[in-house]
Amino acid sequence: LATYASSPERAHAHAPTLRAKYALARLLIYGALLLWAFISLFPIYWTVTTSFKVAVDVTQGHLIPWVDFHPDWKGWRSLGLSPDTLFETSTVRDEFIKRFENSILMSVGASFLAIVIGSLAGYGLSRFEYKFGPWRNKDISFFFLSQLILPPVVLAMPFLVLYKELALLDTRVGLILVYTLMVLPIVIWIMRDQFSAIPRELEEAAFVDGLSIWGVFLRIVVPLALPGMTAAFILSVVLCWNEYFFAALLTSTDAKTLPVMVASQTGSQGINWWSMAALSTAAIAPLAIIGVFLERYIVKGLTAGAVK
Amino acid sequence: VAQETANRRNAISMDNSSPLAVGQRSRRASDPALVSRRNAGRWLIVLASLGFAAVVLAQALYASGTTTAGFANWRPVLYAYLLWAVALGAGLVMTRGERGERALFLLPAVLFTVAMVIFPTFFGIYIAFTDWNLSSFTGRQFNGLDNLRSMLQDAYYWNALRNMVYYVLAVLVQYAIAFGLALLLNAEIRARKFFRVVFLLPFMLSPVAVSWMIGKSIMEYRFGPAATLARHLGWDSPAFFASPWIARFSIMAMDAWVFIPFMMMLLLAGLQALSKEVLEATKVDGASAWQSFWHIVFPLMLPVSVTAVILRIIFELKLADIVINVTSGGPGGATDTVSSFIFREYRDRSNVGYGTMLAEFYLLIIIIFITVLLSLVGRWMRRYTATATR
Repeated sequence: LATYASSPERAHAHAPTLRAKYALARLLIYGALLLWAFISLFPIYWTVTTSFKVAVDVTQGHLIPWVDFHPDWKGWRSLGLSPDTLFETSTVRDEFIKRFENSILMSVGASFLAIVIGSLAGYGLSRFEYKFGPWRNKDISFFFLSQLILPPVVLAMPFLVLYKELALLDTRVGLILVYTLMVLPIVIWIMRDQFSAIPRELEEAAFVDGLSIWGVFLRIVVPLALPGMTAAFILSVVLCWNEYFFAALLTSTDAKTLPVMVASQTGSQGINWWSMAALSTAAIAPLAIIGVFLERYIVKGLTAGAVK
Repeated sequence: VAQETANRRNAISMDNSSPLAVGQRSRRASDPALVSRRNAGRWLIVLASLGFAAVVLAQALYASGTTTAGFANWRPVLYAYLLWAVALGAGLVMTRGERGERALFLLPAVLFTVAMVIFPTFFGIYIAFTDWNLSSFTGRQFNGLDNLRSMLQDAYYWNALRNMVYYVLAVLVQYAIAFGLALLLNAEIRARKFFRVVFLLPFMLSPVAVSWMIGKSIMEYRFGPAATLARHLGWDSPAFFASPWIARFSIMAMDAWVFIPFMMMLLLAGLQALSKEVLEATKVDGASAWQSFWHIVFPLMLPVSVTAVILRIIFELKLADIVINVTSGGPGGATDTVSSFIFREYRDRSNVGYGTMLAEFYLLIIIIFITVLLSLVGRWMRRYTATATR
């Protein structure tokens, strides 16, 4: 076999085998791709379909709607979100909507705050020379990035105590601050990278026109950096939306987020398959939509600075 | 005006300690209006700091019961901190002019980080040496090294630390799979965009929802699809969370499902950044696919790989939500992570003092581990590239 592979003449003579080899390679590539696509999609498919199942369909492991089970609104009805219950009062739905609002408000609020603080810092670090004792720009950047390694448990309990004293426990503001902290290192990292990519000549021209440092930043640089900011913003929203640890510790009733609601359902009533499936579907739907339509930005945010 | 803009341009591109900037400052210092403004700025900072310190002191005295006048909670101290921050910013601009304006860019991030990370971490070290239990009414008491002593004897904590070693090692398997997927996506395929979006989706989903979707329903013993499949494949009792190693593998699999896309995207971006000429050259040389991968692509991808793996290890060390929601650390602590263990220590026993000691100790281990890892990897990379270019 070794001699066969190493002699090009014979390989040419056997063009059909080469073509067969090529076809086999294609088959393997697409097979692997489809297999992983199935692994990625099946849990989502399973969750969405289970939210339309009744008890029998779950226990018998039915998989395909209309073929081996008949879709039913049972799961969505228990959430108060099926067509027939949509206009009636439902405490579960009120609860769900409240958690949903909390999640949106907190992830958007924290991401916005992180973008503001992080863009300023990122711009400063990419343009000016700072000196803070023995620390230069590189050390300051590393200081911010190093907070990534800080595990949430280290901060969770001091926060619990401090927030209690500050009357911030179970408030939206409190959680927004924590989430800002959580995504800030990533945002600074992305934004510094984005600002470094913008040529300085533009700013220097604006200085000649008499703009101040802040004028240049707000009128010239920010509009140019908007795509990068969007990427950082969307990535932050995703990370905040999915956060569970801090939310579980620092909230109880008012500021509870959607992941905490999902988690508490599994604990209290055993497993109520259809309603859990409906709840999970509702919790992941916004992100699945973001993932499908804004994938470009997520990838941009993830890979900024990491790949040079 | 031309002089001024030239100065500004210099100031932007140059270090402040350069002779030109010094000359500028001394020239400005002689201007009386500037001198008074600088003095005012200095006073502003001093007064604001004194005011902030006074508020903290007054509230501390009130909280300790020494004085009777004070606020109901510490919230006003937070507002005082914000005011102080604003005054500090204004003062910096007044005293240092353009340098102050530049410092203003970094100031919010620094002050935010100091208030939200540095202070709580040090406060945590204080808590770690108390017997603070939120459910006890006796309040907190300094208990010296008791927490440390009980930590050393806490078999469950060390068990959780050992589990973290397994979880971190699992990252290498995730890396191999992610690299394979990145190569597939980088090959000449149809519907690349579709596969990219689909492969990224798991990363977007909340780990809590994933715990339910996969851990509690698909892997459910009686009628979860994964269990059914396993029965068809000949595993009679597919209990994914009953025996220690199988439970650990199940958690690792779920964790991998969520986070492989993250590494995959980094590696894919790295692959796309490789120069096409190098890859074409290997094809012309007649190198087999395996050879060109192992001798060309893999070494070129090493920096990206190292970044991806280290970032992923850092995230892996925080692993908690899946474990908390699926197994609560069971069976017998086999799947416990440090984070989930401390989480239960707090939630079930309200043991804040002890829990914080465990967390701070964990942070220490992480810092040492990551530092050693970074320096080892750095040294190894230098040697590797040196031999590769020779």
